[in-house]
Amino acid sequence: MIKSLDPRLTRENIEENNLIAPLTPMDNWETYEVFHQKKRGDQHMHVGIVHAPNPEMALLFGKEQYGRRSITANIWVVKTANVFASEYDDADMFETTPEKQYREAGGYKVMDKINKYKKANKA
Amino acid sequence: MNTTAIKELLYKMADDLLIIGHRNSEWTGLGPILEEDIAFSSMAQDKIGQSQALFQLLHELGEQEPDIVAFTRNAKQFHNAQFVELPNGDYDFSLMRHFLYDVADQLRFEMLANSSYEPLAKVARKIKGELKYHVFHANTWIVKLGSANEESKARMQTALNDAWNYALGLFEEGDFENDLKNEGVFAGEVALKQLWLETITPTLTKATLTIPHVNTWEPKLGGRQGIHTEHLEPLVEEMSEVFRVDPSAEW
Repeated sequence: MIKSLDPRLTRENIEENNLIAPLTPMDNWETYEVFHQKKRGDQHMHVGIVHAPNPEMALLFGKEQYGRRSITANIWVVKTANVFASEYDDADMFETTPEKQYREAGGYKVMDKINKYKKANKA
Repeated sequence: MNTTAIKELLYKMADDLLIIGHRNSEWTGLGPILEEDIAFSSMAQDKIGQSQALFQLLHELGEQEPDIVAFTRNAKQFHNAQFVELPNGDYDFSLMRHFLYDVADQLRFEMLANSSYEPLAKVARKIKGELKYHVFHANTWIVKLGSANEESKARMQTALNDAWNYALGLFEEGDFENDLKNEGVFAGEVALKQLWLETITPTLTKATLTIPHVNTWEPKLGGRQGIHTEHLEPLVEEMSEVFRVDPSAEW
């Protein structure tokens, strides 16, 4: 029998050469993607996954995994299998040629302009 | 206000929460899946916190510090119902107890949210959200397992049968029921039990589980007077082991 410092384990009377049965498909539930909203009106942000047998239980677990450590207004769960995603092999379609960099939002230094305007109007 | 009556009420509630909180925490690290392990442990922690809030009220009424009360009494001095001290058994029994106890707990605190004893009403309003999640968790599991497959249904029904008379022991009446009612502190165990039966019945029906026939009901009483099963003493020993090493230690 396994004797552990943890009295709960000792109480279980587990054989020393206890064979751990291999997992069968039903041992693992499907995954759900969890989206967390801080306050009403904010966007829901993807925060991770939980394993669950149905959407209700995914919500149950999502609340504890991701809602417990920060302010939460709302949680969404979406079955991972229902997410339609692009292929990493096609990642080259997101690349931009150097002459099209004007399209990138980073090109607009809006904040600089706003600050400059604010400064000018304060004076 | 009858302080003795209020103390009796606070003690049984605090002890129920402390003992079931400790029992449920025994699943930490051993739960059936990681997500459930975290959720169940987190709720166990909530319960210990809720018991602490009640021990704090007792302290304000002249009893000793919460830690002293929680960790230095012997089993006979505990007022919890026998139901909460029973060993965890398999997860089916733990879940069934979680369901039967937590619904009763939520209803009790709902009744107390309007108590004339304002400090307790305040605690009741503060923990409302925690209790809502606990009952949501319990209901979801019970309905899911009650109707999942033959094995899960059979196991949940057995757990319900085994738990039933102990669960009825939660509503053991104290010596001060009338004082508490007359002073508007608490509407009493009889009213709570009635409300509890009305609340759990639709959920159990949805789970296709059957409440044992009323002719077989034999509430396990005595816990409120310090009469316990042989399971409480080792629990109290284990729970207070670290505290007793050095009661003056700062945490």
